[in-house]
Amino acid sequence: MNGLINTQKQSASEFLSLLSTSSGVSGHESSIASLVTERFKTITDEVNCDTFGNVYALKKGNGQRAKLMLTAHMDEIGLMVNKIDPRGFLSFTSLGGIDQRTLLSQEVLVHGRQTIPGIIGSLPPHLLQNRDTNQAVKMEGMTIDVGLSFEKIKEVIQIGDVITLRRDTYPLLNNVIAGKSLDDRAGVVVMMVCLEELTHLKHSHDVIAVATTQEEVGVRGAFTSAYTLNPDLAVAIDVTHASTPDTKGQTTLDLGKGPAVALGPNIHPAIYRHFTETAQEHRLPIQLEPIPGATGTDAWAIQVSRAGIPTGLLSIPLRYMHTSVETLDLQDVLNSGKLLAHFISSLPDDLEEFLCY
Amino acid sequence: MLLKTLSELNGTSGAEGSVRDFLRQQLKPFVDTLVVDKMGNLIATKNAHLPGPKIMLSAHMDEVALMITDITSDGFLKFQPVGGIDARILVSKPIQMNEALIGVIGSKAIHLQKSSERQKSLTFDQLYIDIGAKCKEEATSKVKLGDYAYFMTKCEPFGEGLYKGKAFDDRVGCALLVELLKQDYAFPLVAAFTVQEEVGLRGAKIAAYHVAPDFAIVLEGTVAADVSDREEDGWVTELGKGPACSLLDRTTLYSPKLIQWVVDIARGKGIPLQFRRGASGGNDAGSIHVSKAGIPTVVLSVPCRYIHSFVSVISEHDYTACFNLVAALLANLPRKLSINPMGEEEL
Amino acid sequence: MDFKLLEQLTQLFGPSGSEERVAEFISAQVRPYCDNLTSDTLGNLIVHRHGTGKRIMIAAHMDEIGLMITHINKEGFLRFTPLGGVRIQNLIGQRVQFAQGRIGTIWVEKLDRPTDFKLDKLYLDIGVSSREEAEQFVHIGEPAVFVGNFAESESRIISKALDDRVGCFVAIEALRRTKSTHELAFVFTVQEEIGTRGALTAAYALEPDLAIAVDVTATGDTPKAHPMSVELGKGVGIKVLDHSMVTSPQIKRWMADVAADRKIPFQWEVLEYGGTDSGAIHLSRGGVPSGVLSIPTRYVHSPAEMLDKHDVEAAVELLVVLLESNAEL
Repeated sequence: MNGLINTQKQSASEFLSLLSTSSGVSGHESSIASLVTERFKTITDEVNCDTFGNVYALKKGNGQRAKLMLTAHMDEIGLMVNKIDPRGFLSFTSLGGIDQRTLLSQEVLVHGRQTIPGIIGSLPPHLLQNRDTNQAVKMEGMTIDVGLSFEKIKEVIQIGDVITLRRDTYPLLNNVIAGKSLDDRAGVVVMMVCLEELTHLKHSHDVIAVATTQEEVGVRGAFTSAYTLNPDLAVAIDVTHASTPDTKGQTTLDLGKGPAVALGPNIHPAIYRHFTETAQEHRLPIQLEPIPGATGTDAWAIQVSRAGIPTGLLSIPLRYMHTSVETLDLQDVLNSGKLLAHFISSLPDDLEEFLCY
Repeated sequence: MLLKTLSELNGTSGAEGSVRDFLRQQLKPFVDTLVVDKMGNLIATKNAHLPGPKIMLSAHMDEVALMITDITSDGFLKFQPVGGIDARILVSKPIQMNEALIGVIGSKAIHLQKSSERQKSLTFDQLYIDIGAKCKEEATSKVKLGDYAYFMTKCEPFGEGLYKGKAFDDRVGCALLVELLKQDYAFPLVAAFTVQEEVGLRGAKIAAYHVAPDFAIVLEGTVAADVSDREEDGWVTELGKGPACSLLDRTTLYSPKLIQWVVDIARGKGIPLQFRRGASGGNDAGSIHVSKAGIPTVVLSVPCRYIHSFVSVISEHDYTACFNLVAALLANLPRKLSINPMGEEEL
Repeated sequence: MDFKLLEQLTQLFGPSGSEERVAEFISAQVRPYCDNLTSDTLGNLIVHRHGTGKRIMIAAHMDEIGLMITHINKEGFLRFTPLGGVRIQNLIGQRVQFAQGRIGTIWVEKLDRPTDFKLDKLYLDIGVSSREEAEQFVHIGEPAVFVGNFAESESRIISKALDDRVGCFVAIEALRRTKSTHELAFVFTVQEEIGTRGALTAAYALEPDLAIAVDVTATGDTPKAHPMSVELGKGVGIKVLDHSMVTSPQIKRWMADVAADRKIPFQWEVLEYGGTDSGAIHLSRGGVPSGVLSIPTRYVHSPAEMLDKHDVEAAVELLVVLLESNAEL
């Protein structure tokens, strides 16, 4: 049993690393889409995509066959070239919520005609005064050094080229992993774990795992994919804030204590209930996350698509969200996948009754 | 590649061991003696038996880094800088603890920040390292107070004819010094790979005292702020224009006569040379030039963008030109090395 | 290229929510070139041209920013609220005009501190002495637009409402010239400035295969401007990004390849704020592949917006050839 668990952990960890270190800024997710398609082809019946770039992987059920939608977003926050100065330095803007304080002294990749390494440099302490170092350096004051002349740059880089941060994944102690874009590549891995678990379980309903695009710029892939699929029930998988020394009073969730199940107006109460009952029955750890309004995830868009879709949200606790060293516990990812699989397999055949207010 | 290996080694002020061991091993075939002094400076000599003048070349082995000063009740690590670091560069980075342990310096998610927070920078007191420990006990079993944490950056070619990596200040100097020691000379040459430059030019003070050279050349990596829209008068040095000769810094006022000598040789041999146009910073010359009764000292530096951060950039052309210039200086030493401003002798 | 039509378009009265006059004017202009003219519940003007191939929606918005009267005081001074993105700093000393022609001046009360300057300190003076007299000319809820006459020089044009009457102009010119065989729907939308609302409903009803909006964008070529690479006179903008949309790589490539092939000058446009009708259209139903052709414009949302005529010509040319291409993305 242990051997099986270890291979599952290994495969999840490798896939997470692969997704995390690949590049797919909002609106430019095609490389991630290829990786997801390739992997999901091996564990589902059919994989398709739409004109918006969303990837749909269908695992057929063997009974009633209502449509269940799972979503996790493929896109990461990133930067975009918006000016090239005559000395060969690139000015840039952000795509999605990037904290300017995380950018100094950072290696980047500029995705032009080729992938060009660059550096967001910093002025040395020798040239700074105390009053300078109290203020955060503004993004408009930063530039990217690619070590090339203006002429050379024009051959390979254009305005509008996207830029990602150059970051490996790093194993810390205790199954804890740090890297970029774990928001929400970890959610994609949860879907993979869930689909793998479902191969050992019976489930009557069709499961369509959707890797969505452009969540970070307005949950846009969720709007269009929910309309296209029009499922009977949907669960979004995303990340949520885990406590650290500087978040006292702002978060209550911890790394390693299991996925967070959301409740509140964005969440259908029956879905919330079913998650907690499933967790109890299968002795899987969960934490509760009450959210009084918008959840800030794909779930917000899905819930009001067409005539409305009953929606739930499962979140992986994550430290330092939207920095390039997001940190999570791999065990939480595995437990999320398992919980989701049991949730699906134990749904009743008559969904309408189940979802009735 | 020598520079790559030196750049990727970890060694900060007071903990230069791995750099020292590597250098010892590299230098054995080329030098007469190799000695480590009371503070840890590595001193290599050639031709001690030849008549003078005795020339000392120096480069410092230490890089800036972080020292662990506390372990919190949740198992996070607090730290302070060793040497001058702008706290703002530390946010959202992986950091190398001991050989096998990696940590990250994160920061509160943007979603949880008030807009006023985003404009202020985080201070050393607010930052911490996360090693994924479950509790304080686990953290203390892996890390001790006083342990060091280093920047993690691979040294690689970059752009056109450039290199990027950490600690070019002053592994660039160390690499140049190793290369210079492989040549032959007709006078006594001492190479001092010094310790603890970054915390106050400390190793150089005692090295200068016990080596007691007649003349010293310090090899450094120095500030190049020739970036994007910064005005030219604020660049200090510029990549691609050759090694930079220091004029003035916080610790030394360099002799105009010596500087003229350097300029003349460079011009004579067609080696590019620029001046270090700024008065900020300091280096081992600060300790060396006032040792005992005084030692004539010049500093030649390889221009380095983004010094004291995770990733700096140098130009291969500048590195090579610096080597050529020092070799030319050593081949054309003046008979007298007096730099007394009142003296009438010319160099 | 003759810009008389553009002049007429800019001087029409058409704030968000009251675009009828613009719709009427445009209808008369396009009637000889289309198969069908309809308008929908919100007031969008939809101009159909039958065809085979793809159903392409071309959107340009008819509305301009303005003000709406919220209060008339005893002495006949008016208070107002903005319609669309009006910068209150731009308002002091401006003239505005109502539908029936009445003109007024905006001024500000005396401020204790400069930081007190807010919308509620501004008022509109239409030259009357009492509420009763004012009510002969305007009523509460009535909109007004900036006064900004049209000035044309050799290469530049200054006017109010170039945003987005120039888009309407480009669309009309393209409709006249194009020999496209696709099914075309030129939609002159309403209420873009207050939330791209007309585009939402028009796109849902039309279900197009592809959409191109024509609107204005900012430039980075004025003193100490916010860094932006777009400049007047360097060609039509192909939009890469704004707050409402990330243009898909396929659309960008298609537009740039067609422009390069026909040697039409273009520039990549990255805008760090703002949105266009394509922002609403591209999310319609299951998603619609959309792009934007942008006319570089200085001083957007002021009564003296400025553009370069060559950029407008380039926009018309590019739109025409895009519509005539096979549009296989």
